Amino acid sequence: MTTLLEISGLTKQFGGLTAVDGVTFSMDKGEVVGLLGPNGSGKTTVLNMVSGLLPPTRGTVMLNGETLTGLSPNRIALKGVARTFQLVRILPSLSVLENVVAALAFGRRRLWGTVARDEALARLEQVGLADRADETAERLTYIDQKRMELARALAADPAVLLLDEWLAGLNPTELRIGIDLVASLGERGVTVLLVEHVMDAVRALCGRCVVMNAGKTIADGRTADVLADAEVVRAYLGAEHA
Amino acid sequence: MIVTAILAGLVLGGTYALIAMGLTLQYGIARIMNLAYGDMIITAAFLAFALYSGAGINPLIGLAIAAPAGFILGYAVYALMMHPLVARAKDRVSLETDSILATFGLLFVIQGVLFVIFGGNYTSYSYLNVPVTILGTNIAANRLLAFVLAVVIGGLLYLALTRTRWGTALRAVAVSPSSAALVGIDVDRQARFAFALGGALAACGGVVISMYQTFTAASGVVFTMKALIVVIMGGVGNVLGALSAGLILGLVETFVATYLDPGLTLAATYLIFLVILLWRPSGLFGRSAR
Amino acid sequence: MNAKAIAAWGIAAAVLVALAFAPSYLGPYGIGLMIGIAGYVTLATAWALFSGPTRYVSLATVAFFGIGAYTVAVLSESLPYPLVLLAAAAIGLVVALVVGLSTLRLAGVYFVIFTFGLAELIRQLVTWYEVNVTGTLGRYIFLDLGPEDIYWQLLALAAVTLLLAWWIGRSRIGLALKVIGDDEVVAAHCGIDIARVKLALFALSAVIITLVGAIQAPRWTYVEPAIVFNPTISFLTLIMALLGGANRLWGPLLGAVPLFLLFEWLSANFPNHYSIILGLLFIAIVFVLPKGVLAFTEKLWKRGRAR
Repeated sequence: MTTLLEISGLTKQFGGLTAVDGVTFSMDKGEVVGLLGPNGSGKTTVLNMVSGLLPPTRGTVMLNGETLTGLSPNRIALKGVARTFQLVRILPSLSVLENVVAALAFGRRRLWGTVARDEALARLEQVGLADRADETAERLTYIDQKRMELARALAADPAVLLLDEWLAGLNPTELRIGIDLVASLGERGVTVLLVEHVMDAVRALCGRCVVMNAGKTIADGRTADVLADAEVVRAYLGAEHA
Repeated sequence: MIVTAILAGLVLGGTYALIAMGLTLQYGIARIMNLAYGDMIITAAFLAFALYSGAGINPLIGLAIAAPAGFILGYAVYALMMHPLVARAKDRVSLETDSILATFGLLFVIQGVLFVIFGGNYTSYSYLNVPVTILGTNIAANRLLAFVLAVVIGGLLYLALTRTRWGTALRAVAVSPSSAALVGIDVDRQARFAFALGGALAACGGVVISMYQTFTAASGVVFTMKALIVVIMGGVGNVLGALSAGLILGLVETFVATYLDPGLTLAATYLIFLVILLWRPSGLFGRSAR
Repeated sequence: MNAKAIAAWGIAAAVLVALAFAPSYLGPYGIGLMIGIAGYVTLATAWALFSGPTRYVSLATVAFFGIGAYTVAVLSESLPYPLVLLAAAAIGLVVALVVGLSTLRLAGVYFVIFTFGLAELIRQLVTWYEVNVTGTLGRYIFLDLGPEDIYWQLLALAAVTLLLAWWIGRSRIGLALKVIGDDEVVAAHCGIDIARVKLALFALSAVIITLVGAIQAPRWTYVEPAIVFNPTISFLTLIMALLGGANRLWGPLLGAVPLFLLFEWLSANFPNHYSIILGLLFIAIVFVLPKGVLAFTEKLWKRGRAR
């Protein structure tokens, strides 16, 4: 196993508030890692710094030995980082197909024309949306918009996929499908970092978890061990449960 | 010569600060980007001119007439034109677009009316055009008066905004309209009031400008530009920032006009604007953008 | 290419040919009108090329128009005509790049403000230069170009602009623009270099607008900064493009033709109150469209796509 993504000393300050404080961990190729922590612990901010949406105050992110820190989001995307957003972000006036083609046309593969169309349809098929390819994206339900967002992220052919609470809000059947989908990505060698509150999904998908609290990493290890860790339980449930 | 330039720069800067304060109220609090702002200024300048040369009314009394008139005009423009746009806007971007387009139209209406009434010539009148000696240099009394008026009006506004209850409410809206609503501030009323107050300040600025400058019906654009640049330099919604940035701009312009060429003042203004945009888009005194 | 596409191209070509022969069946007044229409169709289409998808309201149309016209006035004596046009386009490009590089990375409102004052800035700079360096304010243009020549050039430019707009709408950069218009964060995460796409489109649009000014310049014979930097031109272009639909290929054209005729009629019949009527009309347009001009054009656009 080789290290693919390496995050070291990552720090973000908003004015006087330190949202992320010296977060350090790395991910091997093909690993599916859960990034856990209570609300406001800085998980999404970590993703935002990895994807380039926010510049870090300090620290570095490396992908395959290349420094991503300081690059603009579009350059980072071209290096092979794709993501979904906590509050789903779609391109409302475009068709479902165009939403996916967008990632193909400007991403690493630079596909266009019928090739792009076929590839986009294949990605939509993967998330079960192929029959709605020509609809306007804003007419999709919230869950379908999430699926489309995943298809868009997959179309970028990422080395690292960042999923920000992508499984939140799904019903049990959808959750089952969603978990299988993410699991199949891991099997295909895509490295996935997912921020997630749905514990069933975390247990099913992630071999390893990193837990954050108040901007700091408080645990990093095998999922079962981490979830049993006293400090993690305290962070989530309060001191009396530990 | 340098003392003369500094004095002239402070006079001009005081005027810029005054008009920028009005625009920062309109844009920072009412969230309306008013491209017709400069034309409101010029309207007041023509009003003062008409009162003085037509009826012999002292510009100071003209100011007492123009300021409430500007307030009413601002109030009417907000209530009739802007409020419907605010009410239907689904986000800040669409309000910005709509208000820019509507006030762009208003600009042409005001300019057209001024052309019809006063024609397109350069206009000025001679009021208190006597030299006063300060620090060993001569300055026209009307310029001195213009500066004093700018300081007094600007100072009163600043005190009102920082020391009174409604001033605090206005500033709260400037920082965050949604949070202001949560603590029981009627955001819509504050916006209307701020826009009207901005109109009153534009009128004051116009009368002050008319005392010592020549102007035409087409001068509005330049004043809108300068007020906008001062507002951005000072940080949107920041009254003290507008004050300092106005003085800086006035000094820079006067120095360029004195030591380089009067024809290059607008270019200098733009250069400052560019530098600010590239260096600190949130303004010299604004909080840094996240 | 299917039969429908061939038919559409055929009709477009036939219309273009018919328009090219217009001088042979229209009198001088008619040609004058056609020059105005061709000019504004090009201006509005070029404006919409950038401002439609990006929603950056550019008020700088007349800045570039004026640059084009004034360049012709300055250089027409010393350079052959094609080179004069080339020089005008080059100057327009440089100015567009400077303006774009400094403002397009920031929020849209800075761009609006900057473009709002740009025409006035350039007008004052040109005036300053003429007064202080060359010592002459105002220039005569003696070019051996009749109204037909100007009309044909504008018609060709209009056709090229429409063709470009059509091509961009189907190209990768067109999709990039649509993505940027919808959500810049997503655009960046798809790998789109937002600033570069915007800059490229702004520069293209500005160069076309500059050329319109350059080609129309000989119509005036006498040119001075106050004439060629008339803000009404920015204003009219904006209304035409917005009302016709800045996001549709034919939108600006559909807005430009009737509105140009209306404005012609207004300026002939109400010369003194022209600007007031124009302003009121514009305010009315902003209000009549219930959800705002942007939403209106977007709705039209979407309806067009749904078909």
